[in-house]
Amino acid sequence: MLKIEIDGKPVEVDHGTTIIDAADKLGVAIPRFCYHKKLSVAANCRMCLVEVEKFGKPLPACATPVAEGMKIFTRSKAAVQAQQSVMEFLLINHPLDCPICDQGGECDLQDVAVGYGASGSRYTEEKRVVFNKNIGPLISTDMTRCIQCTRCVRFLKEVGGMQELGMVGRGEHAEITAYVDQSVNSELSGNIIDLCPVGALTNKPFRYSARSWELVRRPSIAPHDSMGSHIEVHVKDDKVMRVLPREKESINECWLSDRDRYSYEGLNSPDRLKVPMIKHHGEWQETDWKTALEYAAGQIKDITTEHGSDALGALVSPNSTMEEGYLIKELVHGLGCGNVDYRLRQTDFRLDGKRVGTPWMGCNIDEIEKLDRILLIGSNIRNEHPLLAQRFRKAVDNGAELSIISPLDNNPLMDIAHKIIVTPNDIVNVLAQILKAMSKLQKLSLCLPPQLSELLEQIHVRPNTEAMAESLVGLGETVNLIAPKVGIFLGNMALSAPRFTEMYSLAEAIGGVSGAKGGILPAAANSTGMHLLGVMPASTGMHARAMLEVPRKAYLLLNIEPELDCQHAALARSAMEKADCVVALTAYKSKALDHATVLLPIAPFTETSGTFMSMEGRIQSFKAVVKPLGECRPAWKVLRVLANTLGLQGFDFESSEEVKLKIFDGEKPSDFARSRLNNNMKELVEIETKIKSPGLQRVGEVPQYEADPIVRRSEPLRKTKYNIKRLVRLHPDEMRAYDLVEGDMVLVTQDKGSTVLPVRPDAHVAPGCVRVAAAHEDTLGLGDLMGDISIEKITQEQADVFKSKQMEAQN
Amino acid sequence: MLSAEAIEKIEYELTKYPKDQRQAAVMSALRIVQTERGWLSQESISDVAAYLGIPDIAALEVATFYNMYDTEPVGKYKITVCTNISCMLRDSDSIVHHLQEKLGIGFNQVSEDGQFCLKEGECMGACGGAPLMSVNNATMYEYLTPEKVDKILKELK
Ligand code: SF4
Ligand code: FES
Repeated sequence: MLKIEIDGKPVEVDHGTTIIDAADKLGVAIPRFCYHKKLSVAANCRMCLVEVEKFGKPLPACATPVAEGMKIFTRSKAAVQAQQSVMEFLLINHPLDCPICDQGGECDLQDVAVGYGASGSRYTEEKRVVFNKNIGPLISTDMTRCIQCTRCVRFLKEVGGMQELGMVGRGEHAEITAYVDQSVNSELSGNIIDLCPVGALTNKPFRYSARSWELVRRPSIAPHDSMGSHIEVHVKDDKVMRVLPREKESINECWLSDRDRYSYEGLNSPDRLKVPMIKHHGEWQETDWKTALEYAAGQIKDITTEHGSDALGALVSPNSTMEEGYLIKELVHGLGCGNVDYRLRQTDFRLDGKRVGTPWMGCNIDEIEKLDRILLIGSNIRNEHPLLAQRFRKAVDNGAELSIISPLDNNPLMDIAHKIIVTPNDIVNVLAQILKAMSKLQKLSLCLPPQLSELLEQIHVRPNTEAMAESLVGLGETVNLIAPKVGIFLGNMALSAPRFTEMYSLAEAIGGVSGAKGGILPAAANSTGMHLLGVMPASTGMHARAMLEVPRKAYLLLNIEPELDCQHAALARSAMEKADCVVALTAYKSKALDHATVLLPIAPFTETSGTFMSMEGRIQSFKAVVKPLGECRPAWKVLRVLANTLGLQGFDFESSEEVKLKIFDGEKPSDFARSRLNNNMKELVEIETKIKSPGLQRVGEVPQYEADPIVRRSEPLRKTKYNIKRLVRLHPDEMRAYDLVEGDMVLVTQDKGSTVLPVRPDAHVAPGCVRVAAAHEDTLGLGDLMGDISIEKITQEQADVFKSKQMEAQN
Repeated sequence: MLSAEAIEKIEYELTKYPKDQRQAAVMSALRIVQTERGWLSQESISDVAAYLGIPDIAALEVATFYNMYDTEPVGKYKITVCTNISCMLRDSDSIVHHLQEKLGIGFNQVSEDGQFCLKEGECMGACGGAPLMSVNNATMYEYLTPEKVDKILKELK
C-alpha cells in the first residue's frame, strides 16, 4: 500500500494505481475524456492534467501511477490553468452546435466546458470540418464533433474483439473512420455511443426524437438473452424512446448488446395488437375484453369437455415472465391437463425427470473471465449471448485456453486454442473421445459409472481430440488441481440438437472428471425461470414437440409466433391450421397467428411488471415503465381473468407481486433458486455414441435479431448486416459433391416440407451439414432446426414454378 | 495478392519479432509493398493487413500516419524537398521554386508524363547538407543549387 495525498486528503492505495483511480476512490473529480475504467489507457486528451509536488510540469492523472508520499493537487492554480488550456485547445475545432446536437444535456464536453472553459473563444480562424461516415443503421456520426479520444476505437478492439474503427491521418488531419466506408458490424457496437464523450457518435434510430432532459429514466431488465442485463428505459410521453445499460458490474458491467439496446423499436411497431380480436367466419373482428375472454374460455371449455382435457396444449415463450409462466401452468393444470411447455426450440426431451434440479450455467457470469480452460459445445456465442461472449474474450485475453466443438466455425473474435468442427451427431462422438482421453490422462476411469466405461471402450481417440482433452486437464501447465478453473458450456445449437441428451450427459461426465464448472447457456431471458417453475409437461402431459406432432384440438399460446418460435416450423404451422381453437396471448398481430381464433393483446415487458431468472439463477423483478398500449393488458392479469372465467379456483391475485410471493412461497427467492439449481443427473440415460445418419444434417441457428417477437420487429436491427437474405450454406467440398456453384437454386427438403433457396459455399460449415437459418419467412416450410435435411439442385425455372406455387398456396 | 518477392521480404522482417506479434512488421511490410508498387493503394493496404492478419483499418492507420507512405499515386520519382528551418535558411525556397518551374507542377502534384511528383518535406535530420531533397525516400541529395537540381533531373530521366 502506498500513502498519498490528493488535495490534502490522505489516502492509501495499491501499488500501480493511477492518480485518476486513486482520486475516483476518494471521490475527487478529475475531468477526463479519453480515460475509461474498462479500456486501456491512451492518455491522449490531456484533460486530466494535475499538479504533482516536485514535478515541474502537470501530469496526466490517467497515465501516472502513484508513488509513495506523492502529493497531488487537482484544483491548484497550476492544475486548473493546465486544464483550462487543454479545454481551450479541445474547443478550437469543436463546432458550437450544441442546440442541434443529440448529445446536448448529456455531453461530457459540454459539462466539462462549463467547469473549465472560457466564456468566449479567442480562436477566430476557420475550424476544421470532417466528413461524416456512414457506419451502419445503428449509429449516426457527426465527425466534426470528434475530439479524437479514441474510446470508440479502443472499445471495438478491446471489448468488441475486432478493431473496426481507427484513427487515420495525423495532427490536425486525424479523423476516426472505418475502413473505406465499411460499416461497424460488432454486435456490441451501440456501446460506443455511450462511450463517446461528445456528440460524434449518436444513436441513429433515436436521433432528433427527444432531448435528454425530457426523458424519464426507469430501470428494467433486458428481455432477450438469458444474461439478465440491467437496462434503463428512457421514456417520453408514455413511449419508450431508447434503452441504455444500467451499470451492474457482475452482469453486464457498463455495456449492453445491440439486441438489448435497439430491440425497443419493436415495441413501437405498427404490428402491435391494441384490441382483442375474434375470428368470425374467417374474418378478424375487434371486440372488447369481456367478450373475447368469455369466447376464449367458452371454446376451451367446450373442447376440453368434449375431447377430454388433454385436447388442450399450451405453448409458452421462454421470454415470458415467471409470473406469467406460473399462471399458465396453474391454469392448464387446473383444467386437468398436463400439456404445457416452454421448450419450444428443443427436440430431445429424454432428460425429462432425469435431472436433480433445474439446469443452469453452473457458475456466475463474472466467474467466466477467471476461468483458465473453457470448452464451448454447440454454441455460436456471439449470436446467442453477445455480451457473454465478451466475458469469454476477457478470459482468453487473460490467458485462458478456449476449445470449441461445433458444427459451425464462426469467428468468436478471440483466440481459439482447439476447435473441432463436425456435424451435430458427431459432436457426441467427439465428446466421448474427450471423456476417454481425459479419464486416461487423469487415471480416473475407475470413477466413471460402468455404463459409460463400457461405452468408451469402443471409442477411438483422435489426435486433435486428445489435444483438446490435454488442454482441458491442463497438461504441461501449472494448474490448480484442488480448484481447477475449467468451464464447460452447452449452447443453443446443442440445446436444440436431437442428441442433446448425449451431449449433456457426456459434458456432465467430462465436468466430473475435470472438476469443471459449467452447464447450459439457456437461450431466453426466462428459460431458467420457466424450468424452475416447472412450466413443463406433467407426468402424463405432452412436451412442446409432442403437442405439435400429435395436434391438439385447442392451443393456448403465450407470447409466441408458433412457426417462428418453434423448433419445427412446418409442424407448428400445420398444427395451428388443424386446431379447432387457438387462443393467442400476444403483443403483435402476425401472419404466424392467422390460424388463431382469439387474439388477446398482452403487454410486452416494458408495460408490465414481472420477474426473469437469468442463466446464473439470478431472480430479477422489474416494473412497467410505460402504460400498456391501447387495450393491452399484462399477461398475468389476462391469465388470471381467463382462469376466473374458466371457473378455476386459486387465481385471486391482485398484483404480479402477489403471484411472485405465491411462487416462492415465503422463501427468499435467491435461497429458493439456490436449492433448486442443479445440473447433476439422477441416473444415466441410455446414450449412443455412434450415430451415423447417411444424409446431410441441418444446422438451423436462430439469427440473433430473429430470436423473439419483439426483436424481430426492430427496424434498425433488421437493417444490419446480420439480417442477410436466407441462403443455403454448404462446405465447398459438399458443393462439389452436389455439383453446385454459388448462386445455384436448391430445393431443400426436410420432413416433407420444402423450400427453394440460393446456395453459397461456406468453409465455416462442417462438412455434412447444411446451414439454413431459422425463424424466417423463407424457411417456414422446413422442419427441425437441427436434423436430417436433403438438398437437390434445380434450375431457375423450376425455382420460379416452386415459388409461384408456394404463393398460390398461401393465398 | 502480394508478390512472391514481397512476401519473402516481409517474412524476413517478421523474423525480427515474436511469432504472435505479426502486427509489429506492419511498417516494414508497407514499405516493401510501396517500393514494389510505387504507392499504397487501398488494395495494397488490405493485402498487407491480410498477410499480417490484422484488421485493414489498423494498417490504414499506419499508412496514413507517416508521410513517407503515399496513399495517392506518385510519379516514377517522388522528390521531397525539405522546407524546415535549416533548409529554409539555406534558401530552399529557390530550390522549390526552381523545381516547380522546371517540372511545371506544384506540391503534391504529378507531372503530366507521370515521371515526377513534388512533396514538401520535413526535416530529414541532415541539416549539415542543407538545402536538400530526397528521391523516392531512398536517395538524398545535399547542397542543392538550381544547377545541381537540373543535373539530377537529367540523370533521373
Ligand atoms: S468519435 Fe467520440 S469516442 Fe470516438 S474518438 Fe471521437 S470523440 Fe472519442
Ligand atoms: S483522461 Fe488522461 S489524458 Fe485523457
